[in-house]
Amino acid sequence: MINIEVNNRQVQAKENEMLLVTLRREGIHVPTMCHLEDLSPSGACRLCVVEVAGHPNLVPSCSFPVYPDMKVQTHSPRALKARKTIIELLLSNHPDDCLYCERNNTCQLRLMAEEMGVRARRFRGEKNNFHKDISSPSIVRDPAKCVLCGKCVRICEEVQAVAAIDFTGRGSQAQVGPAFNEGLNVSSCVNCGQCIRVCPTGALVEHSHLAEVEMALNDPEMIVVAQHAPAISVTLAELFGDKPGRDVNGALVTLLRKLGFDRVFDTSFSADLTIMEEGSELVHRIKNGGVLPMMTTCSPGWIKYVEQTFPDLLPNLSTCRSPQQMLGALIKSFYAEREGIDPSKIYSVSIMPCTAKKFEAERPEFSRDGLADVDAVLTTRELAQLARRRGLNLADMEPEVADNPLGSRSTAGKLFGGSGGVMEAALRSAFFLLTGRNLDELKVQAVRGLDGVKEATIDIDGLMVNVAVVSGLENARVLLEEVRAGRKDLHFIEVMTCPGGCINGGGQPIETDIEAVKARMKLLYQIDRDESVRLSHENKAVQQVYQEFLGEPLSELSHKLLHTHYDPREVLK
Amino acid sequence: MSAPLTDIQPILDRYPNASRDALIPLLQDVQEVQGFISKETVVSIGKHLNLPASKIYGVATFYNQFRFQPLGRYHVQICRGTACHVKGSATIFETLKRELGIEAGETARDGQFSLEVVACLGACGLAPLICVNGKFHGNVTGDSVRKILRAYRKEAKKEATNE
Repeated sequence: MINIEVNNRQVQAKENEMLLVTLRREGIHVPTMCHLEDLSPSGACRLCVVEVAGHPNLVPSCSFPVYPDMKVQTHSPRALKARKTIIELLLSNHPDDCLYCERNNTCQLRLMAEEMGVRARRFRGEKNNFHKDISSPSIVRDPAKCVLCGKCVRICEEVQAVAAIDFTGRGSQAQVGPAFNEGLNVSSCVNCGQCIRVCPTGALVEHSHLAEVEMALNDPEMIVVAQHAPAISVTLAELFGDKPGRDVNGALVTLLRKLGFDRVFDTSFSADLTIMEEGSELVHRIKNGGVLPMMTTCSPGWIKYVEQTFPDLLPNLSTCRSPQQMLGALIKSFYAEREGIDPSKIYSVSIMPCTAKKFEAERPEFSRDGLADVDAVLTTRELAQLARRRGLNLADMEPEVADNPLGSRSTAGKLFGGSGGVMEAALRSAFFLLTGRNLDELKVQAVRGLDGVKEATIDIDGLMVNVAVVSGLENARVLLEEVRAGRKDLHFIEVMTCPGGCINGGGQPIETDIEAVKARMKLLYQIDRDESVRLSHENKAVQQVYQEFLGEPLSELSHKLLHTHYDPREVLK
Repeated sequence: MSAPLTDIQPILDRYPNASRDALIPLLQDVQEVQGFISKETVVSIGKHLNLPASKIYGVATFYNQFRFQPLGRYHVQICRGTACHVKGSATIFETLKRELGIEAGETARDGQFSLEVVACLGACGLAPLICVNGKFHGNVTGDSVRKILRAYRKEAKKEATNE
């Protein structure tokens, strides 16, 4: 530890850390637009400039290491003036269409202009004529609104190992985009939406499905069905002003009904179903010398990543569809049949913490007879917007119970919302499938938590099953390189595209911080601790669907409706 | 126009076990042989250097020297150096863009003309100056530029009928 002086006060700092880190720890507010915790500092936006005695120029605190006895002024008139000028310059060529911008309420540029007290247009720059890229089913890119902070570029490359976008051009023509200014749809973009989550402006937003959903909700002919992912109920309250850490499962069901959804189902139900299928597949592969390690397929960004970057490992992917697609298929087959509804009169909407789910729902393999299994996907943010539009507040909703049987879940299915959850649920049921008994201790601590890489060995009556859990595609890439190079000890790998899993997905509230992700994860564990049905194979609704419709796991009908296969994919990368 | 591209493998072979610092020399070598940087090139350079295509395109677009379309039959270079600027090259540049219907760094759809901005051609006595396929045309005006382009168009047509 060393001593430094900030605003005439003695402050302790860790040796060699960046000044901004010290300031944040001390609760001293210095604005920044380009800083990402845990990633290399870029110093792009210069908003974090401070005055350091002995330095003729202002220094960017995000990329300036502390040294003993330095004297810092964070809010000197000179620093404040510089910050204000930076904002004014950023605004000089900004489209100024805030009233029409999706990020109106969450735009950091707008908030900082307000914070710095920008009240007049001092600089009038030439506007650029960049085109909007609407080619992607998940992400809309509007380079005209970009402030070139580079957060999207860094998260795409350093966290996700995708690097679909980078700075192109120079000077006033500089923008962020894929190679050859092609559309995102032909780039290596995996649609994860982490770029949206970190974007300070409206330059990156989701491809909204709200208009289509509103149309369906207003169509008296249509039975509009909703499914909500495990991460939604532990997050949604945050968008209605609550602090992270409140589960609103029942209120969410009520909210969806009030919005006009005719049936409300739970994707955690099909997560349980996934476990039955995937668990059986794993046991089958282990017993019959199938391709190992088997890898999970719940996360559509990850699937696209394997298709384009590790096509040689496609046989390692489980053939199971994701829970969204399993439930989508069941709604338009099993449920339609059971209720005597024409499947073409069902409009199936899923509420997901994810932008890649929009891409997944549009994959041609997930439709039958010209009908998509899932018709529209709303992100957590879009659902909150829909509710606001109807003046519905989550806090006013009396909790209700979801529809049966596709709305009942075990807590194992619920755990799918966080990294390690699929693994924990799968291990519980695989143990049962192999031994006929349940684990004494259901909690598998080794695969819990927010670490990007977790490994464990589970003793299933002498059969040592080695598993790995990774989240963030860079972590996945490192592991896959090991597998490619011949690592043989692993049986089962869980991969979630976003760091920490779906609770930190690209469809979640903008500027989610690590504390919020921790709180959401804790909620998932609390639910698992407090409820009684904690095993996918003990979910009565799952048993019922097998009895009435599917037969047994890996049956012919299961294969038709719940499984798929993936092919190598050519992209510009 | 779309002549098959020369194989760039021999060029890549000149940079064994290379990393990202070989990127710019590699791009220069490829452009020297192929006349421009194609998508295929970017992908193969990316594989060779283990770099994403977006990164290579980002670096290449930072520098004026790289082009992403094949050169036209007539490659027009306009000098925007100090002397030419003083003598009114900005207007000449505008005339060229309008006449050819392309921006700097682009090639017209019919493949006849491409346009490039250069900093100085080293013949400031002739300012303002353009250079077509290595031939200098000095002291140009808006009118004379149009005349020069017309002459090349005629030449191209004649060659086409003779072929």
